[in-house]
Amino acid sequence: MPKPFTPKVITANALLEGDVVYQTATGWTRHLAEAEVLTDEADADLRLIDALTQQDLVVGVYLADVAPDAGGPRPTHFREEFRAKGPSNYAHGKQETV
Amino acid sequence: MYSYTEFDDKFLAERNAQFRAQVERRIDGSLTEDEFKPLRLMNGLYLQLHAYMLRVAIPYGTLNSAQMDQLAYIAERWDKGYGHFTTRQNIQYNWPELRDVPDMLDALAEVKLHAIQTSGNTIRNVTADHFAGAAADEVADPRPVAELIRQWSTDHPEFQFLPRKFKVAVTGAAADRAVIKAHDIGLRIVERDGQQGSEVIVGGGLGRTPMIGKVLYDFVSAEDLLPTLEAIVSVYNVLGRRDNKYKARIKITVHENGIEDIRARVDAQYALIRSQFTGVDQQMLSRIEADFAAPEFKTASLAAYESAYTNDPVFRAWADTNLAQHRAPGYAIVSISLKAHGATPGDATADQMRVMADLARRFGHDELRISHEQNVILPHVHRSDLPELHAALKEAKLATANIGLISDIIACPGMDYCALATARSIPIAQEIATRFDELKLEHDVGPLKIKISGCINACGHHHVGHIGILGLDRAGVENYQITLGGDGTEDATLGTRTGPGFSADAIVPAIERLVLGYLNLRNDPSETFLQTYRRLGPAPFKAVLYPEAAEKDRADAA
Repeated sequence: MPKPFTPKVITANALLEGDVVYQTATGWTRHLAEAEVLTDEADADLRLIDALTQQDLVVGVYLADVAPDAGGPRPTHFREEFRAKGPSNYAHGKQETV
Repeated sequence: MYSYTEFDDKFLAERNAQFRAQVERRIDGSLTEDEFKPLRLMNGLYLQLHAYMLRVAIPYGTLNSAQMDQLAYIAERWDKGYGHFTTRQNIQYNWPELRDVPDMLDALAEVKLHAIQTSGNTIRNVTADHFAGAAADEVADPRPVAELIRQWSTDHPEFQFLPRKFKVAVTGAAADRAVIKAHDIGLRIVERDGQQGSEVIVGGGLGRTPMIGKVLYDFVSAEDLLPTLEAIVSVYNVLGRRDNKYKARIKITVHENGIEDIRARVDAQYALIRSQFTGVDQQMLSRIEADFAAPEFKTASLAAYESAYTNDPVFRAWADTNLAQHRAPGYAIVSISLKAHGATPGDATADQMRVMADLARRFGHDELRISHEQNVILPHVHRSDLPELHAALKEAKLATANIGLISDIIACPGMDYCALATARSIPIAQEIATRFDELKLEHDVGPLKIKISGCINACGHHHVGHIGILGLDRAGVENYQITLGGDGTEDATLGTRTGPGFSADAIVPAIERLVLGYLNLRNDPSETFLQTYRRLGPAPFKAVLYPEAAEKDRADAA
């Protein structure tokens, strides 16, 4: 049996800054909480193909698992937690601007 | 220090201009990422977890003060005010923006530095003993040979698309401080019948399938060295497995075909190409050797040093751990620890880089070295200058007296930065160092090398740590495996896995049990951790690591 589809967001790195970005319904955001959560597998696949064509904006596009929450999607894996926040040894990256 | 020729300057300027145009074409959309990626990697530019990362080569770990000052300037101008020194004698900038990278490369070129072949399936930055040219136990300074290999391998037309990356390390001493047996090719300069030549070791490497290198030739004369290296890499280029990335390094080629078969192939290739080497390389080597002539060592009274050593316990503790024997009378090799307790191993701020550059200018014949253990070395300091130097280091928070001790930990960037990592390394290193500082035990514990990698690729050299720690992702949770008994010296040994891994919360207490256990197991304080492990084997160490399992075994036996 195939695994049931779990909620996802589309994520990548910005071409110019390298910063982690997430797709919204209309473009890209630097904050996971503002990302659009995709719950339908066919829709997610199509959106991914579309995101992959946006090479002038982003690099390394993929689907990442999230847990939908009242405050927006949250990461379910620790790698995505670090991407959403920044490194743990200095308050650099996204946590710097929060 | 090697001085660039007109050719070198022109080559670097052209290369940087090419890359500037490539970056522009990527930004204006003329190049896709698939087209651009190999080009940026050839110039040391990676895309990591949070940002781009620029990896700059520090050839054989040698810098002068102007170069160190420029690394500081680059850190402040285009990064976040610091740099990370790596186990391959490189420096990495973690936060550059794509548009700025061509300017960073031009700034590097101003001081004869570059990022060429710090990535890709090419011959990478040639590393060397960080005590080169200063060590008391040296047959010859390995850096002229390392520089010759750099020139031969840079932009070598046949070796730009090898089956996989290729790393060469060189030492000129019997004591191996350059981990040459864990490199694709390791060279040790030796003397035979009054002639200098090299012992050539191939097929070492860590990573997914760790191997200790094997001796291919026990003596290759100076004039036969480049043709021999060319023959080895040619054989590998054809024979290396391109079908499977995980079997593509030369260690697997040597392992699968056997050292005798490889030797026969290299001999045949050597016979074919030897006549192409007409001796020009030896003329170049003579010129390079002149560039690396030893500085004019001075003589001075040791009174100030002896007085500080007798009267200042902080200075004495630092001198006892951070100095090594120099070949010139009255001199010492100074290791500056980039491992302050709780700090990120290998990181230096721009201010710290400037302090070290300044000290090299004032007291160190303008020379600095980066060690594969992520520290900075001032190779030539007269002992009479040490009290003043130590005071300046203290002020810059660079006087940690822990070289070779438990808090002098190698750690890769791990999942805090690296896109390949499966777990974090830096916080584990920070916690271990902080914990043993609290316990005030590290000088009592003595020589002990902990090495941490955040994934199986082993940039943190965990296989050759006396205690190795490997961070993995086990079902979505960070998990840390311990290996024991590894050794990266001339007695190179791979560590053995102890058993099940530990969670991020449990790994530091586990290391503490292990080290306290060692204090109980050793014969006397002169027996090091590694010696005790070699005498007793893993069993008593496993018993302290896994007390529940040991308890159960006792109950079952009763």
